Amino acid sequence: MLTDITLGQYLPGETVIHKLDPRTKILLTIAYIMALFFVNTIAGFALCAVFMGCILKISGIPLKFIIKSIKPLWIFVIFTAIINIFMTDGKIVFQIWVIKATWEGIYLAVIMSLRLIFLVMGTSILTYTTSPIVLTDGIEHLLGPFRKIKVPAHEIAMMMTIAIRFIPTIIEETDKLMKAQSARGADFESGNLMARAKAMVPILVPLFVSAFRRADELALAMECRCYHGGDQRTKMKQLHMQGRDTGAFFIAAVSITLLIGIRYLPGLI
Amino acid sequence: MIEIQDVTYRYDENQIDLALNHVSLDIREGEFTVILGHNGSGKSTIAKHLNAILLPSGGKVLVDGMDTMEEERLYELRQKVGMVFQNPDNQIVATIVEEDAAFGPENLGVPPQEIRERVDFALKAVGMYEKRNEAPHNLSGGQKQRIAIAGIIAMMPRYLVLDEPTAMLDPKGRREVMKTLRYLNKEHGMTIVLITHYMEEAAQADRVVVMDHGQVIIDDAPSMTFANVALLKSVGLDVPQVTDLMFRLRQSGVYLRHDLLTIDECEQELEKRLREIKEG
Ligand SMILES: Nc1ncnc2c1ncn2[C@@H]1O[C@H](COP(=O)(O)OP(=O)(O)OP(=O)(O)O)[C@@H](O)[C@H]1O
Ligand SMILES: [Mg+2]
Repeated sequence: MLTDITLGQYLPGETVIHKLDPRTKILLTIAYIMALFFVNTIAGFALCAVFMGCILKISGIPLKFIIKSIKPLWIFVIFTAIINIFMTDGKIVFQIWVIKATWEGIYLAVIMSLRLIFLVMGTSILTYTTSPIVLTDGIEHLLGPFRKIKVPAHEIAMMMTIAIRFIPTIIEETDKLMKAQSARGADFESGNLMARAKAMVPILVPLFVSAFRRADELALAMECRCYHGGDQRTKMKQLHMQGRDTGAFFIAAVSITLLIGIRYLPGLI
Repeated sequence: MIEIQDVTYRYDENQIDLALNHVSLDIREGEFTVILGHNGSGKSTIAKHLNAILLPSGGKVLVDGMDTMEEERLYELRQKVGMVFQNPDNQIVATIVEEDAAFGPENLGVPPQEIRERVDFALKAVGMYEKRNEAPHNLSGGQKQRIAIAGIIAMMPRYLVLDEPTAMLDPKGRREVMKTLRYLNKEHGMTIVLITHYMEEAAQADRVVVMDHGQVIIDDAPSMTFANVALLKSVGLDVPQVTDLMFRLRQSGVYLRHDLLTIDECEQELEKRLREIKEG
């Protein structure tokens, strides 16, 4: 049951997108997100859709995974849509008492929703094609220069690595505890929210106790392996930018220019 | 050589019983030493003195002549004396086998190319090289413990101290770990200090140290140690029947493998020997 959960949402693969340096992917994702805020026409989003489509095609991620990652967004989409439709001044479509919907509002709602959807799409392509550990490595490298202003780059990466490392262990343990409690007649499946929350207490308490014990033991084991933070630490696997990374930067630069450019060329539509 | 010289230790001031009570012990190079003892007899406490996790309240610990009290040489000391603990899950830091093996050398600031060589060497030494790109959580307990050992080997220690590394493993995992330790000792001359509750494992050592109430009460070859059944019983240790039987048969000159852990295995081995004897 619980043990079926896969780690993160990484889909292993051998495509160019998978093989890009994590730093490239992180930087380009950030650039893409920023560019999205410049896009405010349907034509712009159409272009966006074409880009995303191409990347999806190359990376071999099935569309259904992307849809899965967008699904939880509906609540935000509806929320922003309602606010935009009814709070924007403009030409009135219909009016109920003091609440009025406007054309401008509807347009803005569509733009905002699309922006949100494309934003999540872009970031989920990043996490689908990059293993959490490689991603962590990329973040550590990108934050490296900020160590001078006391950003604990290595420590942040180490915490993320340990968290990723212990997720399956803790899930396994939760599973074991749940089975043990079920064997004693605990019921996690039925009852109202209160009853279910109550049933979780005998799981959570031992889980916390054991998590602290684990942390203690891990700290000791790390000390025995001469861990002393990021100073003078080397890495076995070095990140190297390749030709394909340069290519990706180039393509991204062109695409982003296009995306932003389309906003200022309304004549094109 | 690690010299433990008249070491006493108490965990807190008000404790009446000393966790270590004037212990003197030499760990000689190339030796495979097993430390036995009932729960709370001070085995872990002594292990933690070997790489300065604990510092003696009285007496001295010298590792190759270096006092464990010397704070400036702490990393050098911990590189020399590697330590493996009971629960492999709580020792593995990275999410990929080979990256975990690289963790120690990375901390020591070893150049990347050399780390690669060390990691490959260490993973081959414990027989986990084929699994180098896997996630540890998908492996068995015995395999995980071997990865924990590889993580220490990659630091190129002279001494390998293991505190009940087989306690959480099934018989198969225990056998894997013991095989690895014997291999490291025989083929690479690694000095090994193994703390265990399993007599079968002690029987495979060069030397057995038995502790009780913070003191060393026996320090001898396994054959001599196990001959003293009465004394072992008096400190709460039992010679398991299988070990006892095999041990006595071996003593009386019957050639038998000494790495058998279960009744089934012993039965098979005995059957095989009997058949061989009958066939002449
Ligand atoms: N952190 C601690 N604080 C206080 N007392 C401790 C601590 N750890 C151990 N002791 C005490 O020191 C003594 C020796 O403990 P130690 O852990 O060395 O025993 P052990 O031989 O390793 O036992 P086990 O077989 O259970 O692992 C025991 O009496 C124990 O209660
Ligand atoms: Mg102990």
